[in-house]
Amino acid sequence: MIRSLVTSWTRRRRVSERLRERSAPHPASAALHHSLQLRHVDAGSCNGCELEIASVFGPVYDAERVGVRLVASPRHADALLVTGPVTSNMASPLERTYLAMPEPRLVIALGDCARNCGVFAGAYAVAGAVGDVVPVDLEIPGCPPHPDDILAALRRLTDR
Amino acid sequence: MNATRLVAGALQLALVVLGGPLLLGLMRRVRSRLEGRDGPRITQPWRDLVKLATKQRVRPTESSWIFGLAPLVVVATAGAVAVLAPLATLAPPLANSTDFVAVIFTLLVGSVVLALAALDTGTAFGGMGASRALTIGALVEPALLVAVLALSLPLHSTNLVAIVADGARHAPVLVGPSHLLALGSFVVVILAESGRLPVDNPSTHLELTMIFEALILEYSGPDLALVTLGESMRLVIWLGLFANLAAPWGVAASGAGGFALGAAVLVAKVAVLGVAVTVFEVTTAKLRLFRLPELLAGGFILAVFGVVTGAVMR
Amino acid sequence: MIALGVVVIFGALGAVASLAPARYRVATSAACLAVAIVAGATASIAVLATGRAVDGHVVSVLPFSGATVELSALGALFSLTSAVVALAATIHWLGYQRHALRSRSAVAAYALFVTCLLLVPAAGDDVTFLVLWELMALASLALVAHDHARRDEARHAAWWYGAMTQGGAGAITLGLVALAAHAKSPSFAAIAASAGHLPASARGAIFLALFAGFGAKAGLVPFHVWLPRAHAEAPAPASALLSGAMVGLGIYGILLARTLLGVGSPWWWLVAGLVGVASALYGSLYAATSTDVKRLLAYSTSDNMGLVVIGLAASGLFATDHHRAAASLALLASLFLVTSHALYKSTLFLGAGSVQYATGERNLDRLGGLARTMPVTTVLVLVGGLAAAALPPLNGFAAEWLVVQSLVHGLTGAGPVTTVATTVFVGALALTGGLTIVAVVKALGIGFFGRARSDAAATATEVPLPMRIGPALIALACVAIGVVPELAVAAVRRAAATMQPNRSGLAASVTGLHLGALRGAVDPLALALGAVLATAALAVLRHSAGPRRAPRRRTFEPWGSGRAVLSARMQYTATSFAEPLQRVFDDVLAPQHDLDVSHAVESRYYVERVAYASADDDVVERRLYRPVLRLATWWGERARGLANGSVHRYLAYGFVTLVVVLVVVS
Repeated sequence: MIRSLVTSWTRRRRVSERLRERSAPHPASAALHHSLQLRHVDAGSCNGCELEIASVFGPVYDAERVGVRLVASPRHADALLVTGPVTSNMASPLERTYLAMPEPRLVIALGDCARNCGVFAGAYAVAGAVGDVVPVDLEIPGCPPHPDDILAALRRLTDR
Repeated sequence: MNATRLVAGALQLALVVLGGPLLLGLMRRVRSRLEGRDGPRITQPWRDLVKLATKQRVRPTESSWIFGLAPLVVVATAGAVAVLAPLATLAPPLANSTDFVAVIFTLLVGSVVLALAALDTGTAFGGMGASRALTIGALVEPALLVAVLALSLPLHSTNLVAIVADGARHAPVLVGPSHLLALGSFVVVILAESGRLPVDNPSTHLELTMIFEALILEYSGPDLALVTLGESMRLVIWLGLFANLAAPWGVAASGAGGFALGAAVLVAKVAVLGVAVTVFEVTTAKLRLFRLPELLAGGFILAVFGVVTGAVMR
Repeated sequence: MIALGVVVIFGALGAVASLAPARYRVATSAACLAVAIVAGATASIAVLATGRAVDGHVVSVLPFSGATVELSALGALFSLTSAVVALAATIHWLGYQRHALRSRSAVAAYALFVTCLLLVPAAGDDVTFLVLWELMALASLALVAHDHARRDEARHAAWWYGAMTQGGAGAITLGLVALAAHAKSPSFAAIAASAGHLPASARGAIFLALFAGFGAKAGLVPFHVWLPRAHAEAPAPASALLSGAMVGLGIYGILLARTLLGVGSPWWWLVAGLVGVASALYGSLYAATSTDVKRLLAYSTSDNMGLVVIGLAASGLFATDHHRAAASLALLASLFLVTSHALYKSTLFLGAGSVQYATGERNLDRLGGLARTMPVTTVLVLVGGLAAAALPPLNGFAAEWLVVQSLVHGLTGAGPVTTVATTVFVGALALTGGLTIVAVVKALGIGFFGRARSDAAATATEVPLPMRIGPALIALACVAIGVVPELAVAAVRRAAATMQPNRSGLAASVTGLHLGALRGAVDPLALALGAVLATAALAVLRHSAGPRRAPRRRTFEPWGSGRAVLSARMQYTATSFAEPLQRVFDDVLAPQHDLDVSHAVESRYYVERVAYASADDDVVERRLYRPVLRLATWWGERARGLANGSVHRYLAYGFVTLVVVLVVVS
């Protein structure tokens, strides 16, 4: 056990050099004070985006080091991280989750489905894109988006 | 109570308030490193708090005044204890009445009011958190008070300042079986009281496994900042008390230089303990809720042995 | 003496006032009682202030022996506590009468009950004591049975209470009469002087009889079974008196036994301590799992009396160990606890009565949301509840702190038996404390906060003014004594001095409690001031926090994971709140519940109907009393066959008996 502790401590970060390059901060980042709490809502995703989110918070990309954390309650959250096209059953829960958040609040549409329903556009159970239900502040394109892109977008918000 | 004592108490309070979130940051950082991640900066919890202070307070409909009161009480009671307890200094204000039992019950006030507020939200999660937190609290209590009894044996006093000062003077007491057993039970108590693994997982996102997190699920903005701050202060207080009972050296008796040294020693002790708790947390799994009584009963038995050996060996 | 006369006269007038027309009945009676209460309180305060007992002998009151009155400082403490509780309960009664407790018999019983509560501690001999004790029991029995015509539960409660209290009275009579026979005088002074000459075994037996008898009154396990029934069924002012004052007189009785018999041998106090530990744990466990608010409070009474008895047992043990300082501290602590308990528990019972008045409900699972509809009552119950949970800065905390201190100090130089007993006491005290917190948070959080679980709770309105003033008086006393314990410590010290001189050096001043000879002090006033100031400062700070562009505060539906409808029924109930605890203590509680799932005919994966039933029962009652009752019933039915009405058979019985007697005699 001790050996595993030691190796996990000394394991070199495999993270890319990309952290050095910074894109322009998002206008909302001033109010966030380098801290971003996300509440994730799966509005009807195929779970491809969820896998990428999981890896963003994993050891390789480690979004926590730029001040991002996933939280359990929308009351604790600054931004709603929505994936998938909004199915008709999830439209109301999504809106309620948005309204439950304290202001100022942001919505991030993650993935092509969230932006414009992607391959599910026009499907019978889809109510629309995320933007049709709640106001979207930031979009992350991709099907699914690469963790690098997700991380870059989140870094625009935390300005780190 | 004179001015220097008041100043010492105020400085101690400042230390606990500032240090609480930093301790959380340190523990998260160490945890990330052990998990092979880089982790957040140590100051990240402070950034979170500053941001929360600029956010809106959302109150559930049909909640009452206690919902707004609870965060204040949690911080106020922790703050009162931070002023009075011998953490960095042996000369806090009212050193004569810094009673162990009073400290425990003052902290309890915060827990009780927070549990009431959780029930006030009118949600299933709040009730679940309150029910679980108090059940564990009730089962921790015997271990805690009997451990206090064991620690009070050498002096026949539950005055914390006296216990800490006496430990520093008579080192053999510290390695006596009674003291060690009591400290062992104290470890269990601290893990349970501050909601760490294996009792509660502070970083869980799954409502059904939550204990403390479920209590505060409804808080937002400044309220959430206060509750988080209060909880981190309580963690510092528990770890600081444990440190001063286990290794009562370096606690300032008097003077500004002494206080500076005392503060530095306290920071070091609490940091070491925080890292130790984190290492323990990374290497253990959460216990099932209904296996917890066994752990807590184990703590109680340790404390009882502590009292009995202490009484027999005299 | 004159004041006590006033108590008797105005108490009687209060009872006579029951003849007044219905409109004025309660008001007249309450006015008379108020005079009696104030007179009783004055007499008690005078005794406590000067430390000089009031005594006298009135020949003409009782046949043969006359009545001896002796109000010592110890009695005065209990009489004063009763007076304070009775005053609050009587004020509450002025409003409560619209709900219940206004018939002629009830008014008379109430007046008689209050008068006896004031006078029992002033009795100076066996006969006076027993007469008053029995009058008190009968008056309270009438109050418990008050609703007997409408509710079966009230009738059952009265049966249980009657049986237990009369059994207890039998044991007390036996003990006191044996002592009087030995002393050749019924006066307590004579008994105390002569009891030392009794053989040790006889003294032990008498102690056990008295302890059992008074313990039944104090609701100690296993004699507690009447408590949850009687307290729940009695009208609120009467339950407040039962739990606040009368149960405390059971403790007075145990103290009386110690005064009469001396400290005795360690085993007395080990037995007492064991009973105390059992009561404390059992009571608090049931309090934590009950859903009926008055049953919960009744169990909590049993638990508090257990703690008091633990203190008394510790005092006795330390005294037999010749550890006088700790012994006297333990005695002071238990006296402080019994008076504190009287205050907070009667606040809670009166509050529960107000809730019942406003909603007609006692079941926590059907309450909730009262903090918004009944704000004053909620605050009063909150104060009482937090005091019961022994949280600073309320009187319950000062009491608990004193008990813990006495146990800590008692460990010094204690023998092995005392060491183990003391450790067990501390463990029991702590677990009880934790469980009481669960019970209190459950009662408050489910009953008063959250959302209304029934229409009755949702539409409740605040109760009339007298029903707020009564409990407010004692809630205020809880806060005052908690913040400045000196207010009560002076009286308690005087009362304890009648039994043993104060060696603990316990002193109280405005700045808290100090144990002079023993190291220890606590300062609730500074703590409370600091915490209140900090809370206020933080509130100001929080007020200025918040976003610039959006409103700083907003209300929104509680978070239910996005669900559209989050009904009040989705909240945790009292039952679900206590479920983890019930599972942990499954072996002790042995809860009776029944889960019946009927599946759909087509597939077992679909459920048609789920029926869940849980019974509010008491394991001691089920395992100890029910078998005895069944045996008695069985025997009664068998014995019925003996008397079938045939004269021949009866003559035969007489003949057989005569023959047997003759054979035995010869």
